[in-house]
Amino acid sequence: MNLPGDNTAMKPLFLAKDELASLIDVLITQGYTVVGPTISQGAIVYDEIHRLEQLPRGWTDEQHPGKYRLNKGDDNAYFGYVVGPHSWKKYLFPPQTKIGSATRVELGWKLETSRPAPKKLALLGTRACELAALAVQDRVFLGGPYIDPYYQAQRQNLLLIAVNCTQAASTCFCTSMNTGPRCTTGYDLALTELSDGFIVEAGTPSGESIVGKLVISEATPKQLQQGDEARAQAEKQITRHMDTEGVRDLLLNNPNHPRWQEVAQRCLSCANCTMVCPTCFCSTVSEVSDLQGDHVDRVRHWDSCFNVEFSYTNGGTVRKTIHDRYRQWMTHKLASWHDQFGSSGCVGCGRCITWCPVGIDITEEVAAIRQSIPLPMVSTKGGPSP
Amino acid sequence: MTLPTEPWLPLSAQLINITPEIVGVATYDFVLEGATQPFQYAVGQFNMLYIPGVGEVAISLSGVTGQVLHHTIREAGNVTHAIAQLKLGMSIGLRGPFGTAWPLDQCVGKDIVLAAGGIGLAPVRPIIHAVLCDPKRFGKLTVLHGARSPSGLLYTGEYDLWRNQGLQVEVIVDRADTNWHEQVGVITQLLDRLPLTRPTETILMTCGPEVMMHFVARSAISRGIAEQQIWLSLERHMNCAIGHCGHCQLGSAFVCKDGPVFRYDRIRQFLAVEGL
Repeated sequence: MNLPGDNTAMKPLFLAKDELASLIDVLITQGYTVVGPTISQGAIVYDEIHRLEQLPRGWTDEQHPGKYRLNKGDDNAYFGYVVGPHSWKKYLFPPQTKIGSATRVELGWKLETSRPAPKKLALLGTRACELAALAVQDRVFLGGPYIDPYYQAQRQNLLLIAVNCTQAASTCFCTSMNTGPRCTTGYDLALTELSDGFIVEAGTPSGESIVGKLVISEATPKQLQQGDEARAQAEKQITRHMDTEGVRDLLLNNPNHPRWQEVAQRCLSCANCTMVCPTCFCSTVSEVSDLQGDHVDRVRHWDSCFNVEFSYTNGGTVRKTIHDRYRQWMTHKLASWHDQFGSSGCVGCGRCITWCPVGIDITEEVAAIRQSIPLPMVSTKGGPSP
Repeated sequence: MTLPTEPWLPLSAQLINITPEIVGVATYDFVLEGATQPFQYAVGQFNMLYIPGVGEVAISLSGVTGQVLHHTIREAGNVTHAIAQLKLGMSIGLRGPFGTAWPLDQCVGKDIVLAAGGIGLAPVRPIIHAVLCDPKRFGKLTVLHGARSPSGLLYTGEYDLWRNQGLQVEVIVDRADTNWHEQVGVITQLLDRLPLTRPTETILMTCGPEVMMHFVARSAISRGIAEQQIWLSLERHMNCAIGHCGHCQLGSAFVCKDGPVFRYDRIRQFLAVEGL
């Protein structure tokens, strides 16, 4: 279990490139199911890893608003890509979770909940923005008056092997959201990939015990310097920016801004942004019944505020138009999330920009609302949110 | 109150009585299987009633008598339709209670005005029961109830009982019929005409269509009842009831856990926006 603040002061180490295979072997030997990046359907996605060859070595992702392409990189790196359409939330908050069942008995039902069935999972390759997204979902599912038992059980069975970004996509803006690109907390191990190996930092005793089973040496000053340079390169490549100052007030005070109408003309309400977002948590419970209706499974599955039925009540749908639904999504993510969970819901990973079929860019939408505020306007720039 | 450690587990609730109220509305009385203690809840809270294979619906408690839970339900959608098909002795699933309560503690020594539209009287009725249980704790209680037509007035059989115990009960309908001898119009007219001897010491609680509550709040404010003394109960699509599924959001609020009962000044900003 890795919690913020329990990082220990172990000296950075150096793991030779070929030894990455032994890291995977050690994890598997320790009973972990290792999940990490692999190539499927033209994208780098997270799946179970049994051997090193499954990693997308030598591949890189080119990302722009509405565009994602895999290209051969020039560095033969294992982690020479940024982030793909999957996020790690699929392991903690799966697309479908059986939460219970009902079986017909005389005059009623036998009602049961499903016990959580966590696996010992090692997530290999979590980026700084993704660690931040995990922390966001921790607050959603574990921080309120009610605890989600399924999320909690899996969260307690997680080993996080983070990877510091050494390059950035055009859609990245973690520096605006203060979430990256450097992994600073919340990991068990953090790797920085160099041409001949990895700088390895342990963040927890669990991480240290894994390191203790590897053929590994203390990193030399030169290697440390190469690591610094590699990480600096990622930061330098980040060009996208969101001005987050006072963004909560900006959006909550402008529900009738004309820009919402404008973006609604482009938005298809397809829900892609919410599916790829590592923090979006909306769900619906469905009744999955057998043909007789005598046995019913209750299945919680991902849902989206972009779906028209999502806000349905007997009085009708509350958010009828794309205007209403886009406003809900973006205002929730960047503004009301602060009130609900004490942080932004956006970690700056850029997935919603890349995977939007029409290339809507959340940073551009914020800028557009900010730049065209009908004056006078209260507390936007300057001064923190209340 | 202690929260359930298994928020997803419905308990089995047996239907022991049905009281038809008005057309399409009945009060269903349930007892939880194995219950030995009175049901613990706070007035204003709701339960999730579950018909396997159909789904769950959030219904406010309209009263509790010991171990018996009263839910006044309008047949409106799939789940409420299935509830209406139940026979006495059958059981369904129930999770709860959930949500915030009417501010009874803040009503001690104060006058109380309740303004309920249609079936909105159901979530408000536990306040009446609570006040009648301990009338000396509170000041004057007035019930304002509006409906589209005389046949839409809820709990009419209880009004005399309430009046006999010192409550003022005023009713109004949008459209009268030939037997109607009381007022015609909208509920705000009742509030506008209501003598308020000490508006700064009066708490107003309202439940009904949002547009009605908007005008009730406006009328109350014009009568000198401050925004902080106005409370309302909201309805949104609720799926999980524990603030995890996202459906019921209204601005920064999750109606299921931050509501359904809100202090008006804390939610007014969001109520004013269409399609939020």
